[in-house]
Amino acid sequence: MELLWDGLTGALQLLLERDTLVLRAAWRSLWISGLAVALAGCGGIPVGFLLAQTRFIGRSVCVVLFRAGMSIPTVLIGLVCYALFSRRGPLGGLDLLYTQWGILVGECALAVPIIVTWTHRAVGGLDPRAAETVWTMGAGPLRRWWVLISEARVGIALALLTAFARCLTELGIAMMVGGNVKYRTRTLTTATAVETARGEFDRGVAMSTILFLVALLVTVLHAWCNRGKRER
Amino acid sequence: MRGALVWHRLARARCLPGAALCFLTIVGSQGCVAENDPSSVTASVEPPKAGVLRLATTTSTRDSGLLDVLVPGFESQQGCRVDVIAVGTGAALRLGEAGDVDVLVVHARNAERAFMAAKYGTRHEEFMFNHFLLVGPASDPAKIHALEPAAAFARIATGKHVYFSRGDDSGTHKRELQIWEQLGGLVEWVDYCEVGQGMGPTLMMADEKQGYTLVDMGTYLKFKEKIALVPLVEEANSLRNPYAALVVNAARHDKLNAALAGAFVDFLISQPTQRQIADFRISGRALFTPTRLDAAP
Repeated sequence: MELLWDGLTGALQLLLERDTLVLRAAWRSLWISGLAVALAGCGGIPVGFLLAQTRFIGRSVCVVLFRAGMSIPTVLIGLVCYALFSRRGPLGGLDLLYTQWGILVGECALAVPIIVTWTHRAVGGLDPRAAETVWTMGAGPLRRWWVLISEARVGIALALLTAFARCLTELGIAMMVGGNVKYRTRTLTTATAVETARGEFDRGVAMSTILFLVALLVTVLHAWCNRGKRER
Repeated sequence: MRGALVWHRLARARCLPGAALCFLTIVGSQGCVAENDPSSVTASVEPPKAGVLRLATTTSTRDSGLLDVLVPGFESQQGCRVDVIAVGTGAALRLGEAGDVDVLVVHARNAERAFMAAKYGTRHEEFMFNHFLLVGPASDPAKIHALEPAAAFARIATGKHVYFSRGDDSGTHKRELQIWEQLGGLVEWVDYCEVGQGMGPTLMMADEKQGYTLVDMGTYLKFKEKIALVPLVEEANSLRNPYAALVVNAARHDKLNAALAGAFVDFLISQPTQRQIADFRISGRALFTPTRLDAAP
């Protein structure tokens, strides 16, 4: 217990002292996961929407595959990215291995199934009368889709937040593709793993506390979105 | 209204295959974990008689495979189970200080001395050594081949070549820092990459980026086939790497198995084990040199 307490006070101290390693790792974690979710959202929201609104052969297979994709372990994504980006791999020439951009690609792959599945669920869960009403009022397909997306916005926001929390707290991709290089690809999760491996348990607890605080903030946002949904 | 209800039912039914798949994936992955974890398997087979010895050791000893050869002998001799926790030397010493393990096998003389001086340990026995080597790309851009270790480090630093450091407070990292200390301290440059990981991953990363790194002989031989890096500085006396076994001070903590820990250290320095260490080879090369072996009778 003493360890956890020391860790908590240590976390505050590190933040107050503006410890550069911690702050840079925190900032790197935030921007990489943020950008990864934004990019994955650009692709994932339309896909989830189409899966919910259109009918084609193999649609349910797609839905199941994306849903299964949510449980892919991050080390597997990391391993696949590593195999692709390795010097001997097919994309070795891009020089993405052990860079922040490599982590970004991996986290996009992590976020897409989450966003697709949750968007699909949010749009699919809308009252079908909404679509019918807009239809009867003579709106074209684009207009109709826009109405549905804005109807499902809470669900989509939840999808993005869930994906963000997952990207922020994952370790496998950041470690395997990023390599945890000090000052360059060290994120909050890899820093935590490293401080623990070094035996600096208090610093490890401090880092994970910061991570937890950010995740907590996301969860509060999440809950706040959900509350709005119920009231409506 | 009715239509909506049916639709909802359909939606729910459609969730089922996905949920089943997720469940299977999770169950499947857990099954794999249990299979790969030797300690859990041992535990379920038969409860050991003399209890459990918790051994914290460095990743290099584990990765070399030496422990897989030595530990089963000790387990059957004592009728006990040995749980091996492989971490860097720094973390191993911390685990010892906290009383979370009974015995340590580490390689960082200065840190070991401090550990003993602070009365965290009751016994300290060096029992073998190996060598570090400096590996790098075959093209050797820093031209360090066959130099003395310190001179080689100096060249890498002045040329600002790609260098990978474990940076995890392990015995290897501590040794690197010692060499930098001789050179008047480490001044980090852009391509000095501290990765904070074990020896295996660090070596692989150096290979990917074709950089230099300091590696222990055991890990190097283990990875030799997979990497394109070549040894450039080796067999230097100043790169000698002595390993020691330490018994954690049972007077400071409850629940430590001091008797078994002592027996393990005795086992390591016993003649049969020392000979086993001398005979331990990877791809035809001896890895460790025992230091407690009597001259052949």
